[in-house]
Amino acid sequence: MSDENGHRNNAPSPPPKLSVTLVDEQNALTLTEFSHACSVQSGYIIELVDEGLITPQIMAEEHEPHCWRFTGTQMRRARMALRLQSDLGINLAGVALALQLLDEIETLQMRLNVLDNW
Amino acid sequence: MEFKDYYKIMGIPRDASQDDIKRAYRKLARKYHPDVSKDPQAEARFKELGEAYEVLKDPEKRVAYDRLGTNWKADQEFSPPPDWNAGFEFSQQGFTGADASQFSEFFESLFGRSFRAEQAGRGGETHGGSGGAFFHAPGENRYAKIMIDLEDSYHGATRTISLQVPEVDAEGHVSTREHKLNVAIPRGIRPRQYIRLTGKGAPGHGQGKAGDLYLEVEFRSHPIYRVDEYDVYLDLPVAPWEATLGATVTVPTPEGMVDLKIPADSTTGRKLRLRGRGIPGKTPGDFYVVLRIAPPPATDERDKAFYRSMAEQFKSFNPRAKLGVI
Repeated sequence: MSDENGHRNNAPSPPPKLSVTLVDEQNALTLTEFSHACSVQSGYIIELVDEGLITPQIMAEEHEPHCWRFTGTQMRRARMALRLQSDLGINLAGVALALQLLDEIETLQMRLNVLDNW
Repeated sequence: MEFKDYYKIMGIPRDASQDDIKRAYRKLARKYHPDVSKDPQAEARFKELGEAYEVLKDPEKRVAYDRLGTNWKADQEFSPPPDWNAGFEFSQQGFTGADASQFSEFFESLFGRSFRAEQAGRGGETHGGSGGAFFHAPGENRYAKIMIDLEDSYHGATRTISLQVPEVDAEGHVSTREHKLNVAIPRGIRPRQYIRLTGKGAPGHGQGKAGDLYLEVEFRSHPIYRVDEYDVYLDLPVAPWEATLGATVTVPTPEGMVDLKIPADSTTGRKLRLRGRGIPGKTPGDFYVVLRIAPPPATDERDKAFYRSMAEQFKSFNPRAKLGVI
């Protein structure tokens, strides 16, 4: 990490280390930030929440969109929902069902892997 | 450049109806969708399928493609005949959001660079404003997946990742450029979390800010550990006497070896918890050791005699009592 400026003529030095932000509970996103992060309109995110596809943390007593906070787990689901909808032409209820079944398959697969190891 | 047999990719005859094509696409798309399929080839198949459908679903493109004739074989070296598309005008309607920048060189040679470029410039699924010559808008976000090891989450790590970024030059040519980034993987990261690299997405339009790059983190499957959210599991083989009499054994954890006390009268499946030794963090996960009794193999006559004497000693032991076997 010390010779970022030196050795210009030799082998290319590695690109500088980038600082990153982990989208976790400490850096949870508001509805607006989350919609930007997912590259969708906030209306779409509200639909996903209403359909029970993603569950935001709620920062206050009322379940109002401005109190919602989102993390990476929800981002993954929102992006999956978006892809499934546009690629397979299924509606939100169908996407919700697909995600639920995929979750179940994953849980079962994990158990199966355990059994296979034995 | 290789010829692509779009009919073969979709598994349909050349005289398939438009409805057949749609049905075949839907069926295969569900099968190979990268979010659904665990097949490592799924993503490549899905892209290929999207390209085939893009051509065959559009009667104009399909007729033009069919005019290439039936003599071409898949993967055969191909160059388009001169004026092959004379007399066709592609209206380019009904594009359903597939990312055309991902389409093959074959596609580009037939249906033109401008088409691919226009789509690449749109940046996938973003629904940003469409382009006038002078406007300012933030660049699109980009998304990628990175695979890390469980150990990286315990210790933190730096990873150089290469992203293939589609680029459109002034003449509308699309190429992919390798974009290398040195990324600090934060300690305590869990599978499926997202890392944001501010300003590392697509450049902004006009004076707009660059978009962000989001990396979805996945863990490579580990040869001995399993991860469930914050917790880490290890299947630990123990000798029958260790399980029955109790013992202190050395156990690997991602942070190094630890000594673990096996309580007496343990059986297979017993879970022992090492509190706080799961994925690190403000509230760290736990590390679970799941016991599995490993019988020593009887390799010679003396060993077998020992097992026979065990059978004699434990005559009343019925391992199948719970199954109703008497």
